[in-house]
Amino acid sequence: MARTAGLLHSVKDAGLAALVALGVGAPLLGLKTEAADRGLTLVPRPGLLLAAVAAVFAGRLLFGLFLASRQAAAARAADAPPRIGPSPYARIGRMVAPVLLTLSVLLPFIPGVGRYEIDLGTLVLTYIMLGWGLNIVVGLAGLLDLGYVAFYAVGAYGYALLAKFFDLSFWAALPLSGLFAAAWGIILGFPVLRLRGDYLAIVTLAFGEIIRVVLLNWTTLTGGPNGMSGIPRPTFFGLPFSMAGGEGTFAGFFGLEPSPLHRIIFLYYLILALALLTNFVTIRLRRHPIGRAWEALREDEVAARALGLSVVSVKLTAFATGAMFGGFAGAFFATRQGFISPESFTFVESALILAIVVLGGMGSQLGVAVAATLMIGGFEVFRGLDEYRMLVFGLAMVAIMVWRPRGLVSSREPSVSLGARRSIGAEHVAEGRG
Amino acid sequence: MSAPILAVEALSMRFGGLVAVDRLSFEAARGEITAIIGPNGAGKTTVFNCLTGFYRPTGGSITVTHPDGARFRLERLPQHRIARDARIARTFQNIRLFGGMTVLENLMVAQHNRLMREGARLPLALLGFGPYMRREAEAIDRARFWLDRTGLAARADDAAASLPYGAQRRLEIARAMCTEPQLLCLDEPAAGLNPRESEELNALLRFIQGHGADGNGCSILLIEHDMSVVMAISDHIIVLDYGRKIADGAPAAIREDPKVIAAYLGVEEEEALAVDAALHGE
Repeated sequence: MARTAGLLHSVKDAGLAALVALGVGAPLLGLKTEAADRGLTLVPRPGLLLAAVAAVFAGRLLFGLFLASRQAAAARAADAPPRIGPSPYARIGRMVAPVLLTLSVLLPFIPGVGRYEIDLGTLVLTYIMLGWGLNIVVGLAGLLDLGYVAFYAVGAYGYALLAKFFDLSFWAALPLSGLFAAAWGIILGFPVLRLRGDYLAIVTLAFGEIIRVVLLNWTTLTGGPNGMSGIPRPTFFGLPFSMAGGEGTFAGFFGLEPSPLHRIIFLYYLILALALLTNFVTIRLRRHPIGRAWEALREDEVAARALGLSVVSVKLTAFATGAMFGGFAGAFFATRQGFISPESFTFVESALILAIVVLGGMGSQLGVAVAATLMIGGFEVFRGLDEYRMLVFGLAMVAIMVWRPRGLVSSREPSVSLGARRSIGAEHVAEGRG
Repeated sequence: MSAPILAVEALSMRFGGLVAVDRLSFEAARGEITAIIGPNGAGKTTVFNCLTGFYRPTGGSITVTHPDGARFRLERLPQHRIARDARIARTFQNIRLFGGMTVLENLMVAQHNRLMREGARLPLALLGFGPYMRREAEAIDRARFWLDRTGLAARADDAAASLPYGAQRRLEIARAMCTEPQLLCLDEPAAGLNPRESEELNALLRFIQGHGADGNGCSILLIEHDMSVVMAISDHIIVLDYGRKIADGAPAAIREDPKVIAAYLGVEEEEALAVDAALHGE
């Protein structure tokens, strides 16, 4: 009964659309002016008009039937008893992280994986690390930061300058670069303590630009637009990667045939270790009072204040921790490239990292990793499409956000539980108002 | 008699030209339940916001005295120290929970300052071992105690936002108690509760009064519209109207006070008609 009514409704709707098409099409499609001996004559084109009206009718009918079937499916789903126990998605979800981790550890040794793939893996891991770093600020503390690339830049230039002026090795400069970035995180944090939401976003955006413009114009220190080159490459804990293969080199020490691949693989494992460190610290912090305070701030700042949480220290630790990992990633970027310039730290980078966090699902470590892989990997996969690449890419992003408005992994894992841990649906979790 | 837990003297709060609280003075005795009542807009919530540091009063003083003699001038303390050091906890008229966090997590956040004092700063705590872990287990036990008292133990691992309304109210009280307060400020805790829940709330408040966070009792300051709650459990009632105190005394005395009846319960109908007539030049 309901089906017949639905069909009837769809036919009526399609008929109406066809009528409109007829009305609009009759003068536009049904008549054509043609130049004749004396002025113009009107030539009727009933065939074309009929075809257009038929196409509109058929299209509208199919669309109506599709909508009706979806509504019916939704109604059936609503009638069905609620599913007890973990959903199949959750089971698959638990498998994804270990599989991805194993894959990333074994990647350089998988047959068929060459220099290009390892380089791509290194790039993806850099963005995973940046995503995880920003996730602390945006996903956990709910502070919208549009200038995250500034900390990446501070880390990169921090290492480059330390190496140039103080002759520090990568391993000595790495923690210092992280500390510099954390200090800048606090410097940014102070003026924006009172700002929320859109206002916070604008100020962080400006901060990112200020750092870039300073790097661009402080020519005596940073080389300005020419950038800084000759940044020391990383060593294997003191053993350089050299093609000479002498006594004091990596290849010589381990008795290997010197190969340029050694450094590539070493860089890959270096960023993997740094990214896993970021992940580990974040996971631990979520179970620590500091991490819980971040999430409490995102959920309700007023309530957090009433419980005696100092908003100043909660926000500053979030900015500083997020910035520190950005700084580590920056130092890695500098040593990998051997050359840095302000061009690598534009707003587009901030936007890309934020897109990774949002697409992955704010606060979700796994989601960010998957989103970074999809986005950075996607850039490469679609390289063959040339100028259509960004179009396809943009459409894919829109599609994902329509399909999953709160990101790929939108549920939240509780940090502590009395019984079995149950994840919390996105509908309860606040997005944060800065 | 020992010093009152809370002494408010000549407290004023002005918003531009509007005087929300006008030289208000009152005391809340230790271990008692003190209720603040008054018509809508009388300035009750403003007093709470001054007490808990959300507003900085325009004038007057608010003094909290602990059993050990420690005194705190709340109008001078930074807000986070009001909960941490002066040990004042509050709930909100429109419930404010950490909705996306579980019930248990809400109670753990409330113990933030205690946990940070007790070794959470150590790097070991981040790695998940060391003496801090015992502190965390104690914090979970404390949370469990209040979950049992508020009847929420079965919902401990559910999102706070998914709880029914009455349970959210109880959770907010449990969360405030996990900060181990000396004075608990409740802003309309019975609003929206059915009679049975209201009765349970009375029992819970009496328990808190007697037991407190550590067995030594806790003083309670209460804003409430539900007269059955106010009259049943208050030891002392303060009546506000237009930001001023119009009465102050035991429930029985307040019930009989003609000023209170006129301001809060509405003037007698004949009287109102007489006022109306006078205003219209009859």
